[in-house]
Amino acid sequence: MAEFQPTIVAFCCHYCAYGAADLAGSMRLEYPTNIRIIRLPCTGKVTPVFLLRAFEKGADGVYVAGCLDGDCHFIQGNLVAKPRVNYTKKLIQEVGLEPERLEMFNMSAAMGPRFAEVAREFTERIIALGPSPINKKYRNTSGQ
Amino acid sequence: MVIGERKPFEEITSMAEGNKKILVLGCGGCVTVCLTGGHDAVRVLSSQLRMARDKMGNPIEIIEKTVERQCDPEYVEEVHDIIPQVDAVLSMACGVGVQYMAERYMDTPVYPALNTTFVGGSKKEGYYVERCQTCGQCKLYYTGGICPIARCSKSLLNGPCGGSTKGKCEIDPQVDCAWQLIIDRLRSLNQMDRYEEIMTNNDWRTNRDGGPRTMVREDFQR
Amino acid sequence: MANKQGRWSTNDGQGGLSKMSSECKTESKLEKILRSGQFTVTGECGPPRGADPDVVRKKCRLLKDKADAFNITDNQTSVVRMSSISSSVIMMQEGLEPVMQMVCRDRNRIAMQSDILGAAALGVKNMLCLSGDHQKFGDHPQAKNVFDIDSIQLISMVRVMRDEGKFLGGEEIKGVPRLFIGAAKNPFADPFEIRVPRLAKKVAAGVEFIQTQCIFNLDKFSEWMKGVVDCGLHEKVFILGGVTPFKSFGMARYMANNVPGMDVPDEVLQRMKGTPKEHQAEEGITIAVETIKQLQAMPGIAGVHIMAIEWEEKVGEIAEKAGLLPRPSV
Repeated sequence: MAEFQPTIVAFCCHYCAYGAADLAGSMRLEYPTNIRIIRLPCTGKVTPVFLLRAFEKGADGVYVAGCLDGDCHFIQGNLVAKPRVNYTKKLIQEVGLEPERLEMFNMSAAMGPRFAEVAREFTERIIALGPSPINKKYRNTSGQ
Repeated sequence: MVIGERKPFEEITSMAEGNKKILVLGCGGCVTVCLTGGHDAVRVLSSQLRMARDKMGNPIEIIEKTVERQCDPEYVEEVHDIIPQVDAVLSMACGVGVQYMAERYMDTPVYPALNTTFVGGSKKEGYYVERCQTCGQCKLYYTGGICPIARCSKSLLNGPCGGSTKGKCEIDPQVDCAWQLIIDRLRSLNQMDRYEEIMTNNDWRTNRDGGPRTMVREDFQR
Repeated sequence: MANKQGRWSTNDGQGGLSKMSSECKTESKLEKILRSGQFTVTGECGPPRGADPDVVRKKCRLLKDKADAFNITDNQTSVVRMSSISSSVIMMQEGLEPVMQMVCRDRNRIAMQSDILGAAALGVKNMLCLSGDHQKFGDHPQAKNVFDIDSIQLISMVRVMRDEGKFLGGEEIKGVPRLFIGAAKNPFADPFEIRVPRLAKKVAAGVEFIQTQCIFNLDKFSEWMKGVVDCGLHEKVFILGGVTPFKSFGMARYMANNVPGMDVPDEVLQRMKGTPKEHQAEEGITIAVETIKQLQAMPGIAGVHIMAIEWEEKVGEIAEKAGLLPRPSV
């Protein structure tokens, strides 16, 4: 059986988290390739449906990355996102997924190393949790 | 508006246990405003149901749709072509909508995804409070616009009772004593004479106690 | 007269003006003693959480002759107990005079009128009309509450049944129930400024005697009584001040913090706290007796209502120490 390579979706806001991702790239920092970044204008755009659909389509882990508290480019987007992420943790728990598979992180565009660190730590977390119980890819098959 | 809350997830999954293909039908009315049964809520619940059933190894197919309201026959009619495709309907409307759907589509089971709880309004987005008990004999003229039937835990018409403490009800320190609110309002409106008069026994016939109620507009009957 | 909107004016002579006459409206011993102008004493008896009549009989034997009449609570704090009517009957068999209590929480107007007729038929002569604690506090919080009518409407209903011989629906009663009508008052609940106008409403509805919530804060109580006297209400209704002895400091603290509408000033709490444990019960009784003496000196007070919760054996001792025994016989 091949080693479990999680599929992780990261919803990143354009102004901060995506900027940090870019910076991590130009700094040549290494972070796992499991992270699929989806760029949003602001984390305020995230609703539970986005996050649920990501899990439904096979993500083993999902995180939302936005600006630091008080620094949201659209003033309150990241403040609006936080309770929604917390609510969605309950929703996935109802379905039988561990709430740790979903998280929200805050960072500024200057925090390239932080972006890489989050990517690494979250990937480790998901590897430890194992494949999503509804991830069809790993059910009834051995190997990738 | 009518406020409802989504039923516990296990209750919903056990209702749909034997079904293979269902319609999850949202309502664009009150439940959209209180964020529990509109288009977005339909998408959330459908996603959850698909995932949960997938995990059980018993997949379910879901048609997602939201109509303007489920308490008007015209809108309920709109889904008549979807009904033959499904073996059950999970309605996200209030109790009224569920019943309308069940009455119109008699051969298909219709299940309630919500517990309809009360008639009220929003204090702010995401926070809803009960304000009206639909008693059928509005007394707000006498009580400065604050309802003693809905907001007093004992529905006293000549309150307060001896349990009112620091403006809060004896049942819960978060619940306002309606009669404290009424008295404060009557004071500021200079209408304390309305407090001093005794309100006589209520006629509960206009309330649900008199049986299920109807309202008819003669000018619209043909 | 009730107008179309169902409001009664307090000026229609519905109630209250008959108080000062010494002419009794019922056969009630309590009424006789109150109207005679003597300082009256009432006590309280809590029915059991079971069907054993001997529990009631034992309490009655402890209480006999220590007061003029005894309240029997009605599912107090929404906890199911033997009914007030049946306990009243057992009490009468023991030779004491009961004050039946009825709350609005559990019965609709049909059941209430029915029980009033039944109680009167069985010989009950006094009735206390109350709203009732919310069922959330009791052992059946899932129950539906009734509150078809409130305590003020109940007072009025009993008064009309007695003095006009009519049911609430307007029809004639053949065999009028003659009950002496009382209610409770809590001068310590909020909003404080409404407590006198609310008493005025009860008087207008026809109440004849009032028992207050237990008094520990004499300053606040005197303030309330002053308001009552200023409005002349003390001449329209008999007021009995409530007194409860503390068994211990623990009880005092519990009542101060956990009972809605209870006012226990710090000095009183400190007094109980400062007393050595083995003397706390004694101190509680001393405080109660002091309170009674102060009530006796207060204008507008017609008597005292002693509530020795689950401590019925002390009622006699308190009444004795306050110089209230023996009770007059009428």
